[in-house]
Parts: sequence; C-alpha cells; structure tokens
Amino acid sequence: MMSQINTTRPVDFFTEDVEVRGHIIDSLILPKILDCIMSSGATFRIKEIKIGQARTDPSYARIEIRADHAGLLDRVLAQLADHGATPTTTADCQLAEADIDGAFPEGFYSSTNQRTEVRLAGKWIPVDDQEMDCGITIDRSRAAARCVPISEVRIGEPIVMGHAGVRVFPEERSRDSETFGFMNSAVSTEKPKELAIRRIAHELAENHKSGGKTLIVAGPAVVHTGSGECLQQMIRMGYVDVLFAGNALATHDIEQSLFGTSLGVYLDEGSPADEGHAHHLRAINRIRRAGGIRQAVEQGILTSGIMYECVRRGTDFVLCGSIRDDGPLPDVITDVLVAQKAMREKLPGVTFCLMIATTLHSIAVGNLLPAHVRVVCVDINPSTAIKLADRGSFQTVGLVTDVAPFLRVLVEELTQLTK
Amino acid sequence: MSAPLAGRQECLPSYVESPMTASPHILMCPPEFYGIEYEINPWMSRRRQADHKLAVRQWSELHDILQAHGATVSCMTPVKGLPDLVFTANAGLIYRNVAVPARFRPEQRQQEEAHDRQWFEEHGFQVRPLKSDTYLEGAGDALFCGDTLFAGYRIRSDVRGHQELGELMQCEVIALELVDGRYYHLDTCFCPLAPRMAIYYPPAFDAYARDVLRANVADLIAVSDEESEHFACNAVVLGKTVITNTGCPALHEQLRQRGFETAECPLSEFVKSGGSAKCLTLRLDGEDAAAWRSEGNQ
Repeated sequence: MMSQINTTRPVDFFTEDVEVRGHIIDSLILPKILDCIMSSGATFRIKEIKIGQARTDPSYARIEIRADHAGLLDRVLAQLADHGATPTTTADCQLAEADIDGAFPEGFYSSTNQRTEVRLAGKWIPVDDQEMDCGITIDRSRAAARCVPISEVRIGEPIVMGHAGVRVFPEERSRDSETFGFMNSAVSTEKPKELAIRRIAHELAENHKSGGKTLIVAGPAVVHTGSGECLQQMIRMGYVDVLFAGNALATHDIEQSLFGTSLGVYLDEGSPADEGHAHHLRAINRIRRAGGIRQAVEQGILTSGIMYECVRRGTDFVLCGSIRDDGPLPDVITDVLVAQKAMREKLPGVTFCLMIATTLHSIAVGNLLPAHVRVVCVDINPSTAIKLADRGSFQTVGLVTDVAPFLRVLVEELTQLTK
Repeated sequence: MSAPLAGRQECLPSYVESPMTASPHILMCPPEFYGIEYEINPWMSRRRQADHKLAVRQWSELHDILQAHGATVSCMTPVKGLPDLVFTANAGLIYRNVAVPARFRPEQRQQEEAHDRQWFEEHGFQVRPLKSDTYLEGAGDALFCGDTLFAGYRIRSDVRGHQELGELMQCEVIALELVDGRYYHLDTCFCPLAPRMAIYYPPAFDAYARDVLRANVADLIAVSDEESEHFACNAVVLGKTVITNTGCPALHEQLRQRGFETAECPLSEFVKSGGSAKCLTLRLDGEDAAAWRSEGNQ
C-alpha cells in the first residue's frame, strides 16, 4: 500500500485557543487543565508558555484545544473556564452592509484559500465555499458564512470587515501523503517520472475509492499529442467526475472524431490533411448546426472522443471561452463571470484536481479551489506550476513532463489498479 | 437592637482611631438581623431555623472570648434583610491597609457589598475592588500562610480573580479547588496557624489541591470528618490561641501538643448557616500566619 492519504476534507475538527495565567505551575492548575482536556477526549497543543522566574512572578500558557465535535469543545471550554482558562478570542467578527452592488465596503476582509472560521454571537462558524480573493458574507438566520466574489456582492449583504473574529487554519502539510511528501511541493524536473506518476495514480484511485470527486483541467495539447484516448479511458473507468476545458480542447477533440485530425494533422500519421486547416472550423460548424455537443451526440453526429465520453457517461464539463476562440462551440461560456460561476458550482465535493497542459486555465481554477484540494499540475513548462504556487495555490505539486507519456503511464497504472 | 450589642458598637474604636494596634484587631457584625432566610449552601434550611436568642448569646460569648484574649473588636452596623452580614470574614480581603471588597456569587448576599465597602472606606482602608468581572468572597476564600495567599475556587470565588490579587499584593497566589459543597469557602476547610502550619480537611479539596497543600505547608493538621462537621477548620487564631466551635476535642489536643492554647465557644446556631468562629470575624491587622503582618504595616 503506497498511499495512506485520507482524501476527504482533512480538517474536520473544532478548536479554540485558551489562555491561563497566574501561579499555574505551583498550583498545579496547568497540569490539571491539561489532564482535564485529555480525560474529556479532546487534545491540546501548548502554543506558548512563559514560566515566572521568581516565586511571585505569574506564569502564562496559551493552549490550543481540539475536539472532534462542537459539543465536546463546548463542554471542555466550560470546564476549563472554572480553572481560569479562557478563550483568547472573545470578539465577534465585525460586519458592514454592502453599500453598492459589485463592491465590498472599504476595509473588508479579503479571504485566502485556507479553511476559515468567523465568530458570530460567540460561536465560531465555518466559512463555506472557501476561495481566495473573495469577501465573506453572513447569513444570520442560518448562522452561516460563505465566501462571496466581488462581482456577486449585492447591496445590503453583511460583509466581514477587518481581521477581528476571523481565524484561518493553515493547511497541515505534515498530513500529506507519500506523493506529496515525495515531491515535496517543489516543481519536480529531475525526479523519476514513472514513480511520481505511479503515486499520482494511487492518489487518484484512493480519492475515487473514498468518494471524493476528481476534477481534470485539460488543455488542447492532450488532443494534439494524441493522448485524447488516454483521457477517454480515464472517463470510462470513472476517474473523471468533472472536466474543465476551453473551446480548443473540445474543438480539436471533435475535429479528431469527425475528421481524424487535430489542427489539420492526422494523428495516426502525423501528416497534414488536404484542406486540414479548415477541419476545426468545420467541426465547430457541425456542432453549432446540431445545437451543441450533447445534441450532436444524441443525433449520432459525434460518436467518439473526450466530449462524447463525457456526454455518454454523464460527466460534468464546463467549457470556458477566450478572445482567441474560433466559433466558439455553443457549449462554451463566453462571459467570464458566468464561466467562473459555472466552475464554482461544480467544485463542491472536489478533493483532487489534475491540471494537464494548460497554463491560464490552471491558474483560473487554482484561484477557485480551497487549499485542502490536492492539486497536481502536469506541464512541459515548469513555469505553469510555479505560477500556480506563486498565485497562492501552494498545495500544488508540479510535474514537468510531456503530457503524452504522462497520460499513457497514468492510464496504465490506473488500469492495473482497477484490475 | 438589644442594648448590650448597641453598647459594644458605640464604644469600640474604629480602625482609623487605632491603626495597626499591637493587639489583634477584629471586625464583627452583631447578629441582630441574623436568621436563615434563604438557602445558599447545604447547611442552610429555612425549616431548620436558627434560635435567634441563642444565636445572640453565642455571638456575644465569642466576642467576649476574643476580647478576653486581647483582641480589639470593631463592629459593623447590622442591616435588616441582610442576615449573613454577620459573617464578616466574607466582607473583604485585607492586605496591609488595602481592602479588596467582596463580590458575592449568590445574589442573596450581593447587597452586602455596598455596606462592606462603606465600612472599609469609613475606617481608613484603601479600597481596591477587583477590576476583573469575577467573584471573590473575601477572606472566606483567601488566606495567607507565610508569603503565599491560598485561595479557594470553583464553588464561590473565581480562580481568575486570584491572578489579580497576586498582582495587587505582589505575592504568590496558590489556587485550591474546593470539591465538597459543604465546605464551600476555603476557611471552612483550611486554617493557617503559622507561616508553615495549618489545619485542613483533606476531602474538601481535589487531588491536585491536596498535593499542593502538602508541598507548600510543612505541618498540616488533618481534621476528622466528625470534627470537620463541627467546623473545626473555621477557627480564629490569636497568636498562640485557637478558638473554635465546640465539638473539636481531637483537634484541640493536636494543637496543644504543638504549644497552642485552645478555647471553644458554642456556635451551633451559626453552623446552621454554614459558618462558625472564623466566618464571624475578619482580622483587620492581618492573620498571625501572614508573613506580611510581621513585616509591619507599610
């Protein structure tokens, strides 16, 4: 067994920092508090301790308490309060109502991609839809909080201000699996590729087995390099729950299905087809005439390929447009805000993300993902993974390799594991 | 008010008139309005009312014993509707010329706070209330033994307030958890006799507190269950004399073996409220076991 990773959300605990001061050593108050925590079934970590030097000097300790459920934490806190240990944070988060649509009030709290909680009426509540570079809005009636993108702010929405009553839980890298430990989150250019790919296959398989969703973000090079069949196999084996791509991947995949070419080049021969440069536009045209990819599949026009497999298997896909797109295909969302929203809607439940051969789309998706989602970025260009990490998706593991051998080995490994 | 009590109140010197006399100085409050009007500890039962006349006699006898042993006794004016004002040990904590007035946990006793505070102010004490929002029931839950202030918590006083006391008095404060509701105040189960000597009732404390007491007080005299129920630990110490309720012969014997003189005074009517000799008194010049007392008033 290579991988021991728990692919479900890795941070399902409840925590509170308490502090206690006084003659807590001589009074045995500190050991009593720690015993109290342990005997109740919670755990602790002493974050800070200052021991008084002279007999009359008070000592001080700041202790993090962790419990598996909120009720246990509350009970422990109530018990500790009697011994003088009180929560360090007692302030609720500060709120201000949005005064205009599409912008936060000045001084708003800007989110990270890491697990966050806000304190409301004395209780810490988790922030849903965790995403970097958003604000946080509160639904008082449900005592709920969620990240809200700037463009979606509406007048009157309560927005969290400043940092008071907000706490962020840094992702614990020590809990990383072997794959992530092995590659150590650096962009790996000189590590044995096959070993790395084998471990990624195990991650994928474990994620699938534990019920986590896998997201694939793929660029058109998957098709150009002749690796489309590998991705199709992954879809058929059930390893792809969501596919994010652009007009190009879908177009060239459909071009290949309809004409056997990608960018006008026969994938089996490597030779250009006559008038092949027009194939991609003819492919787009045919799908537009059919009304969309799904309709083309239903009408028997599209009978193979990545998009065909997605439709056939019911795999969710979101295609986002760009200003250099031909067509585009009717399924391509050309309004970037609508596209972002469509991608966000597919993210709940995603715990593993494989980004293959696409720079800008990878960065865009990285911006939307909470930090607990494992991200593997495979690209021939090391800068893609570096850019991702630089933009805050620090949980990314980069693998610098050509997409074709990567997908070939990955599918071989997955096939073995599936058997 | 009965004549003898009134007479005592009028004739006794105030703290201002007699700052830090060589003789022990004690605050008491005549039991004119004493009775069991509510139930805030396991001893109290409104169905088992105190005999008021007997209570007055017992209080007077204690007063006289204290005076006979050289103590100067000042008296607070009793207040109708505040039956427990008689237990002056809870009025505040005294440190040199500083009085930290009580902040009571039971609502029924909270009205006493203003009267306690007023008395301290009118008698020359520097009144320093706790800044933190915590309960502290005076000398009932905070007793000096040597350099250290031992402080009981969990049943009545809050452990958080202890830290503030330590800062205020620049002394070590050892917090002791009380676990038996019958011994709700530290002075019902612990009585310092000298800087390294004290009486205690072990089952009233949790295991940590018992360890702490053994580690910090060299000579600990444990009292039996039976004598503890007679409030053996709730003793008044005047130099080498220890005064308790009746019914504590074994303790008295142990004390005599250590060179103390003992005296007893029947206080059954106050035990019905969960108090005895110590509870009825507040030592204004510092307990004999307090190290700071021998350093002089500063």
